[in-house]
Amino acid sequence: MELVCPAGNYPSLKAAVDQGADAVYIGFKDNTNARYFAGLNFNEKKIGKALEYARSRAVRVYVAINTYPQPLIWPRWKQAVDKAADLGANTIIAADISVLEYASTTYPEINLHLSVQGSATNYESLRFYQQHFNIHRAVLPRVLSLSQVHNLAKISPVPLEVFAFGSLCIMAEGRCHLSSYITGESPNMSGVCSPARSVEWVQKGNILETRLNKVLIDRFHPEEKAGYPTLCKGRFELNGKVGHVLEEPTSLNTLNHIPELSKMGIKAVKIEGRQRSPAYVEQVVRVWRQALDHYALTGRDFVPKKEWTDVLAKVSEGSQTTLGAYSRPWQ
Amino acid sequence: MKLSLGPILYFWSKQKIYDFYESVADTRIDIIYLGETVCSKRRSLKTQDWISLANELAENGKQVVLSTLTLIEAESELNTLRQVCEQRDFLVEANDMAAVQLLSEKNRPFVSGPFINIYNAKTLEFFHRQKLKRWVMPVELSGETLSQILQQIKETKLAEGIETEVFSYGQLPLAFSARCFTARAHELPKDQCEFVCEEYPDGLPFTSQEGEEVFTINGIQTQSGLCYNLLKEIPDMQQMGVDILRLSPQYEGIEHVIQTFSNVILDKAGLELEEKPYCNGYWYRKPGKDEIGAVLP
Repeated sequence: MELVCPAGNYPSLKAAVDQGADAVYIGFKDNTNARYFAGLNFNEKKIGKALEYARSRAVRVYVAINTYPQPLIWPRWKQAVDKAADLGANTIIAADISVLEYASTTYPEINLHLSVQGSATNYESLRFYQQHFNIHRAVLPRVLSLSQVHNLAKISPVPLEVFAFGSLCIMAEGRCHLSSYITGESPNMSGVCSPARSVEWVQKGNILETRLNKVLIDRFHPEEKAGYPTLCKGRFELNGKVGHVLEEPTSLNTLNHIPELSKMGIKAVKIEGRQRSPAYVEQVVRVWRQALDHYALTGRDFVPKKEWTDVLAKVSEGSQTTLGAYSRPWQ
Repeated sequence: MKLSLGPILYFWSKQKIYDFYESVADTRIDIIYLGETVCSKRRSLKTQDWISLANELAENGKQVVLSTLTLIEAESELNTLRQVCEQRDFLVEANDMAAVQLLSEKNRPFVSGPFINIYNAKTLEFFHRQKLKRWVMPVELSGETLSQILQQIKETKLAEGIETEVFSYGQLPLAFSARCFTARAHELPKDQCEFVCEEYPDGLPFTSQEGEEVFTINGIQTQSGLCYNLLKEIPDMQQMGVDILRLSPQYEGIEHVIQTFSNVILDKAGLELEEKPYCNGYWYRKPGKDEIGAVLP
């Protein structure tokens, strides 16, 4: 299986390449991609350097242009596709129909991957994107159980990429407006979820409050580790009880399931985290490279090493990991 | 300008569903969307029951559209979808690209629901070539964006005749997950959910720890905490050429909502909506939960 790794900036890209990524995915410095965070992503000069570094080490570069443009700013998405093509990127990851159409008709030689934001979760939907835009791969939303992924992989008209590790999005990607309901900005429209500019950390006595556009997302006592106020991971009140109504702060980790995913015929595993630090990328990519290589050698007898799971647990949200929707009981 | 009644988003009993549609039969609703769009385990009515109901409502002069499931994960769900897409008596609302594929492949006109991501005119033009007849704007888009899209397709003439429908009243459907949040609230696994969502005929709201309405959970769907209400934006929508206003079913009092909207469309005064907090922020390119201006016309 191909190891697809995040690169939010040049040092992260270098770390991913050096630690053995098969491919890295990156975005331009604007809202054409779903990680439009301050200080992140690549301008034209940097992207050239990034491509050169990756190519010299035979690592593929995928450019994410995976948000949904509105009418007056549509030309920015067109330019992003043009730029990616001019730079000789191998692959564009896209979700919006008009972007897919423009890219597939203007640059038929470029590989198109359907972004997770395209929200294709079944055979007919995949067939739609394959027939109209000749997509070469689809990234599956984090809503299918392992057995559903297995069934889909058997009949999918295109190779599949799945999320293997990182922050856990619990809603079907591309079909979640929770962030814009609270803050006005969402992944689809603005390339952000629970955006940093709407966040406030307020210390009240010994309680630390986190707020998103003034809405109280969580309250932490001194002994608790305070987390970023991603709104689906906040503590709210329901039927008189306060708790994580939607989800706890936790990360997705499928390391134990490498053999299963591989046997299903999954083409690529994706590490989430373009917003994370180069040190994070370095540690996570190193572990996953070792694990995939170890599986290639041992096959059936693959047992994840404790040192790997320790590293991954340490860098996980709330130091917890989960299988998320891959596991039926989680659902 | 027409009024539509969106699909029932909640889990209601078979009897309640029949009573509900009987109660709207004589209202000024023009278009009725029928079917389960949230959870495939909810089967108060089977596909054939929905179609029989559709026939009855059509005989009463309503235009009926069959709505399809939004998050499709299993082959069994695709089979139900295929059944709906194969019938020829009623228009179908596609809520997932799978439905778009099945319908466009057969050259059948269709409606795109609010979770088919149409954020710009070029996407609308693409779907027009696939026989899209009507689109329901994604709920997070603003009136300004809508007017730009409509202006562009007017200029290009590449999506002529497409009808525009706007979600105008009700708790907004905002997200879908693999997880059933209602079952989770009852500490039940999804596979043994005991259909607890039936206890919440308008969804299960939750608040911040300060008591502010945040969201409403409805099985695997998350909705807005507040009721979206574009009653006072009707003149704006009429001016920009919106064809249909969608009202979302609620357990009680929908007839009054229909009557109130209908009066404003017809420029008749006299009715007011129930007094409660509403939101309309999305229409003004603000956070969806915001309420801009006074809500009453």
